[in-house]
Amino acid sequence: MFTIKKLALAAGIGALLSTAAYADGLSGKVIGFSQIGSESGWRAAETSVTRAEAERLGVDLKFADAQQKQENQIKALRGFIAQGVEAILIAPVVSTGWEEVLTEAKDAGIPVVLLDRGIDAPEDLYLTSVASDQVKEGRVAGEWLVGTVGDKECKVVELQGTVGSSPAINRKQGFEEGIAAATNVSIIRSQTGDFTRSKGKEVMEGFLKAEGGGAGICAVYAHNDDMAVGAIQAIKDAGLKPGSDILVVSIDAVPDIFAAMVAGEANATVELTPNMAGPAFEALDAFLNAGTLPEKFIITESKLYTPSDDPQGEYDRRKGLGY
Amino acid sequence: MKRQTLTSTLLRPQFAALAAVMFINWLLFPGFFTITWQDGRFFGSLIDVLNRGAPVAILAIGVTAVIATKGVDLSVGAVMAISGAVAAVMVSTGTPATIAIPIALLAGLVCGFWNGVLVTYLDIQPIIATLVLMVAGRGLAQLITEGSIVTFSDPLLSYIGTGALLGLPMPVVIALVLMIVTTLAVRRTALGLLIEAVGVNRSAARFAGISSRLLLLLVYSFAGFCAAIAGLIVAGDIRGADANNAGLWLELDAILAVVLGGTSLLGGRFSIPMSVVGALIIQAMNTGILISGFSPQFNLVVKSGVIILILVLQSPQAGQWISRRFVPTTPPAKRSAE
Repeated sequence: MFTIKKLALAAGIGALLSTAAYADGLSGKVIGFSQIGSESGWRAAETSVTRAEAERLGVDLKFADAQQKQENQIKALRGFIAQGVEAILIAPVVSTGWEEVLTEAKDAGIPVVLLDRGIDAPEDLYLTSVASDQVKEGRVAGEWLVGTVGDKECKVVELQGTVGSSPAINRKQGFEEGIAAATNVSIIRSQTGDFTRSKGKEVMEGFLKAEGGGAGICAVYAHNDDMAVGAIQAIKDAGLKPGSDILVVSIDAVPDIFAAMVAGEANATVELTPNMAGPAFEALDAFLNAGTLPEKFIITESKLYTPSDDPQGEYDRRKGLGY
Repeated sequence: MKRQTLTSTLLRPQFAALAAVMFINWLLFPGFFTITWQDGRFFGSLIDVLNRGAPVAILAIGVTAVIATKGVDLSVGAVMAISGAVAAVMVSTGTPATIAIPIALLAGLVCGFWNGVLVTYLDIQPIIATLVLMVAGRGLAQLITEGSIVTFSDPLLSYIGTGALLGLPMPVVIALVLMIVTTLAVRRTALGLLIEAVGVNRSAARFAGISSRLLLLLVYSFAGFCAAIAGLIVAGDIRGADANNAGLWLELDAILAVVLGGTSLLGGRFSIPMSVVGALIIQAMNTGILISGFSPQFNLVVKSGVIILILVLQSPQAGQWISRRFVPTTPPAKRSAE
């Protein structure tokens, strides 16, 4: 975790500097992409953004859908190696069992970039890994809330993700770090909404009842946008105005939360960018054309969106991505 | 059939369990029984229990009939996802809800019929036959929604999930009507007796002249239909069809509700109202956990602990032990037919 934190800043600056430095450097190159599958809207968006990025750069992208199975991913990687692709992108479905196939890729001289998930394997087996920092996402959300309420007393209810899942643990930790310095902001209730709309709504209903009809709640923090959308409905059902009576801050930046922002019912969301491929292509460009080794862990930006960031435009831009 | 007195009905362990769970909720949160009138409807934790318990109660009504025939239906959660997906995709592409809703219900009916065909004509064991649709059905729902959450703003469809009639949330009204109609249908006609006969011994029932195939087809179709209703409620509630999560694991809650209600998984004697009470026990527990302020890591432990306790108290052995120990010499005058 410490390594990631230390490298986060450097990687961010690195990503900015390398932008457009090697324009058209990947044009015509064949790159394989082994995707996990399409288990969530975000995953579908990641796939379509990767395809769009590849098209923009003129990359000949070979796409393989693993349908959530590691054996399919290993098969796909072996296929890519046999085809003699120039680089491989992989979103690994599990974290173990990759040494053998990655060694084969390394022996064939094909650089491998990991997308959005890490693996337990020696670091020299892959070129770099592009992922978000989930703790930072939570921290950005917490810092936004502290900055927004000023020195007003603010009691927060938290809708956690699935118990024990790493985004739930990390986003909770990050948010707590974000509000740690502000003594006026405190979490009074925290329950799991399993990352779903209906559970988010049900849990929020319970919170509203337990806190005197919602009078004692200043803000709701949801570990993903879907739970926030559910919570917004629960707040409306209780006769309160989400967005003003109760502030709504969440993570992911899916289209529907921008629709809620347009309606004035959501206040902030932290983006988990589906564009993991952009930084990956930049790193590959630099490596293949100039031999520059990238940072081992590239951390994507956790961008904060509020109603002042053209939510209608963001909604339109994202709607077609498959969320 | 002997008519039971109201007292003996209310003395059943299920009601005691429900009362106990709600009493604990009240201890944890004193406002639990407070009901206020807001925006033309009742509002309060107790209403939440009824409202959130309605989908599982509706599933349990259908599953009770299936279990009474010595079967089981694992697919109802997936069928919920299918019916929600069908309705949501149709209204979001411009079909009026008055057409989309019957078609979604029909989809549920067809799913149930499919289960029935597998069980009766192909003689596949119910747990396997319905497992097929439990797995494949969710995939089907994901195909219909293309993997994303399909949202809609249709007023009629969202009314099913969020509307109110006579101050009660619409899901509660639907569950109540379904419970009364089904109970009358099985108890005021011979239907209930026939279902029990098939459940106790299918061959004997057939020799006695009962068309067990037709009856099983009917019962599985009905379970699918109930699941479709529950699916519409869940979709209407969040104004969207979430194929990945709608009804996920609810088939197990429904089966648990039936068991808590005292219907044996070995078929035979069943009670639909008691299954609904079972669903309310589960939901009272869920709502209690939400308002108690426990850390979510405890949710499942608390839930399983309470369920084990209820099931143990319901067992005949425990009943005998309690009556031996606590009411040995002076039987209370009130204890009648029990």
